[in-house]
Amino acid sequence: MANLPENATLRRSLALGPAVLIVGAFMLVPVAIMGVYSFLEAKSFGGVTWSFSGDAYVQLFYERLLDDSLRLSSGYLIIIARSFFLALVATVSCLIVGFPVAWFIARRPLGQRNMWILLITIPFWTNQLVRTFAWIIILGRNGVIEAPFRWAGLLGEGETLGLMYSDFAIAVGLTYTFIPLMVLPIYASLEKLDFSLVEAGADLYSSRWETFSRIVIPLSKPGIVAGCLLVFIPSLGAFIQPDLLGGGKKLMLGTLVQFQFSTARNWPFGSAIAMILLAFVIAFLMLYARAARGAKAMEMRR
Amino acid sequence: MPRTPEAATVTPLHSDMPSRPGTGAAPAIVLEDVRKTYGRGASAVQALRGISFEIRDNEFFTLLGPSGCGKTTLLRALAGFEHATGGTIRLFGQNIMDVSAHRRPVNTVFQHYALFPHMTVAENVAYGLRRLRRPADEIAAAVAETLRLVKMETFADRRPTQLSGGQQQRVALARALAPHPKVLLLDEPLSALDLKLRQAMRQELKQIQAKTGITFIFVTHDQDEALSMSDRIAVMSDGLVQQVGTPTEIYERPANRFVAGFVGDANFIKAAIMSRANTEVTCKTIGGLELRADGKKARAGQRDVTLFLRPEKVRLGAPGQGSVDGVVATLQYLGNACLMEVDIGEATPLLVSERIADVDQPRRAAGDRVGVKLDPRSLQVLEE
Ligand SMILES: Nc1ncnc2c1ncn2[C@@H]1O[C@H](COP(=O)(O)OP(=O)(O)OP(=O)(O)O)[C@@H](O)[C@H]1O
Ligand SMILES: [Mg+2]
Repeated sequence: MANLPENATLRRSLALGPAVLIVGAFMLVPVAIMGVYSFLEAKSFGGVTWSFSGDAYVQLFYERLLDDSLRLSSGYLIIIARSFFLALVATVSCLIVGFPVAWFIARRPLGQRNMWILLITIPFWTNQLVRTFAWIIILGRNGVIEAPFRWAGLLGEGETLGLMYSDFAIAVGLTYTFIPLMVLPIYASLEKLDFSLVEAGADLYSSRWETFSRIVIPLSKPGIVAGCLLVFIPSLGAFIQPDLLGGGKKLMLGTLVQFQFSTARNWPFGSAIAMILLAFVIAFLMLYARAARGAKAMEMRR
Repeated sequence: MPRTPEAATVTPLHSDMPSRPGTGAAPAIVLEDVRKTYGRGASAVQALRGISFEIRDNEFFTLLGPSGCGKTTLLRALAGFEHATGGTIRLFGQNIMDVSAHRRPVNTVFQHYALFPHMTVAENVAYGLRRLRRPADEIAAAVAETLRLVKMETFADRRPTQLSGGQQQRVALARALAPHPKVLLLDEPLSALDLKLRQAMRQELKQIQAKTGITFIFVTHDQDEALSMSDRIAVMSDGLVQQVGTPTEIYERPANRFVAGFVGDANFIKAAIMSRANTEVTCKTIGGLELRADGKKARAGQRDVTLFLRPEKVRLGAPGQGSVDGVVATLQYLGNACLMEVDIGEATPLLVSERIADVDQPRRAAGDRVGVKLDPRSLQVLEE
C-alpha cells in the first residue's frame, strides 16, 4: 500500500513517455537548433559556420554602414509592425464574420449541425496555395470584382481598383484562410450555452444587444479567446498570403523568414526572426494564461 | 427609448391589504382562440388548437394536463418566446400579440431555473431591475427584500453553481419576482425537486403569491400540486382546454371523462337514462343495475351515457345494506386507506377507497361480501 504512490508516479511517467519523446524530438529539439543557429554566422551559400555572433539580432534593428558603424534602421521594424497590424485585422474580421456563423450553426437542429461544421472545414481539404491563388482571380486586374466595373465603363483601359498587392488583399487572404479556426472554438462554446439563458435575458427586459453583450458574450468568452489566439498566431507568421496577395512588396514576418532560408541564404538571420516571432507568441500565450487564471481566481473568490 | 411603461409603475412588494382573488377589475389575461402550429406542411404539429379563457388579477392559476398537451407552448406564448399563429392575447386589456418578450411586464420561472452562471445570486436577482434602469438604491433594496422573501438572503454572494437545486429554485423565483411583474409564469418549477421539498415549496409558493399579490400562472402535470395550490385550474389536453374551474369544481364536477380521469381516480359506468325528476335521473346500467344519479343536462331515453363516481365516495356496509351487493376482488392496504376493487356484476369492477379511521372498523379481505352504498349526489352523468 505504502509504495503505491511511487508506483503510480512511475506508471504515469511511463505512460507519458511517448508523448514526451514526440514533443521533445519534433518540437523542442528543432527550436533549440534554431535558437543555436540564430547565434552563429552565415555561410555565403546557406548553412552556418560555428562561431558565435549576435549579428543576426543586431541586423534586425540596425543597419551596418560601410565603416562598420551601426545605424538604427526601421526596415525590419516596419515589417514587424505590419505583421502585427495585419494579424490583428485578420483576427478582428474573423471574429466579426465567424461569430454569427458559429451562432447560426449552434442554433440549427442537432442533426444538421455536423453537416454545417463539415461545410466550414471543406476548404481545408484543398491546398492552401491553390485557395490563395483563387483570390488573385477575384481581386486582381480584370478579376471577378473589377470586371463589372469595366463592363459598366467605370474603369478605363489600364485603370484598376488596386485591390491586389495591398495590405487589404493580405488581410482578406488571412481572414479567409483562418476563419474556420475562429468558427470552431466559438461554436464549441455556443453549443454548450443553454438557450434558455438567452430567453431568461429577454424575459428580464434585455434588448437583443443587452442579451448579447451581458449573457452570450461572457458565457462564450473561452471560445472567443481561443479563436482569436488560433487566428492571430498563425496570421503573424503567415507567408503564403503576403507572398501571393501582397506581391512580395508587402513583407510580413513569415515571408521574411522564408526569404532568409531560401533566396537570401542567411540562416542565422532567418532563425533570429523566427525566435523573435516565437517570443511574441509565447508572450501572448502567457498573457492569455494569466488572464484565464485571473478570471478563475475571481470566480473562486466570489 | 421608453422601457415597458407598465412595469415602470412601482408597486410595493408587500401590499398591506392583499385583495382577494378575482376581485380585480380587468382580467389579468384574456385568451381568445389562441392557436399555435409548429412547422409547416406534413410535419406540422398543432400544439394549441384554439384556447380561450380568462385569468383574473391576483389569481393563482394553474395549467394542468398530461405531457405534450401544450402547457409549455401556451406559457411561452404568454411570455413572448413563441409567436402564437392565431388568436389574441390581452394583458390587462392590452393586446400583446405584437409586443416582444423583453417588453412584456411578465416574468418567467424556468423549469431548469436558467440562472446566469457568471453572476452571483444578488446579480441574478438585480438583473431585471438593472435592465429597467431603476436607481441603484431602489435595486439594492428590492434585491434584499426579494431574497428575504424567498429566504435566501444569506446566499447573496454565492454563484448559482454553488447552490442546491432547491436553493437555485428559490433564486430563480426571486429573480422573476424582483421586477414585480404583473404576471409571473412558472413552468413546472417544482418538478426537479424531491417529494418532501416539493410539498414544502407548494405552501411557500402559495404564501408568496398571496403576499405579493402578483398573478401566478403555474404549469404542472401533477394533479395534487394543482389541487392543493390553485385558485383556479385549466385542464388541458391535446391543445385544447377541457375545463376551467376551482379545484373543487374540477375534482367534484368534472366537465367530461378526460377531466374526471386525469384529476384523480374515477369509476366510469356505462348506462342508459330511464327517467328524470329535477336534476336526478334514474338509469339502468349494462349489468342491469338500476341507479339514481345526478344529471342536470341528461335527457330521459338517452342511451350510452357515462356515470362517474370517485372511489372515496362509495360507502361499504354489510351485505344487503346498500344499493347493490358486491364481492371484494382485490385489496391494497395503503395505511390510511384501503383501495379495493369490488365486483358488482358490471363490466369492470368498482374502485372503492375506504378510509381507515376507526379502530373497530371492520377489516376487509379479498372474497368478502359487502353492501355497496351509492349516493345519488356523488354519482354523476358525465356530459360528453
Ligand atoms: N419547438 C417545437 N417544434 C415542434 N413541435 C413542438 C415544439 N415544441 C413543442 N412541440 C410539440 O407541441 C406539443 C405541445 O408541447 P408542449 O411542450 O407545449 O407540451 P407540454 O404540455 O408542456 O408537455 P410537458 O408536460 O411534457 O412539458 C407537443 O406535441 C410537442 O411535441
Ligand atoms: Mg412543458
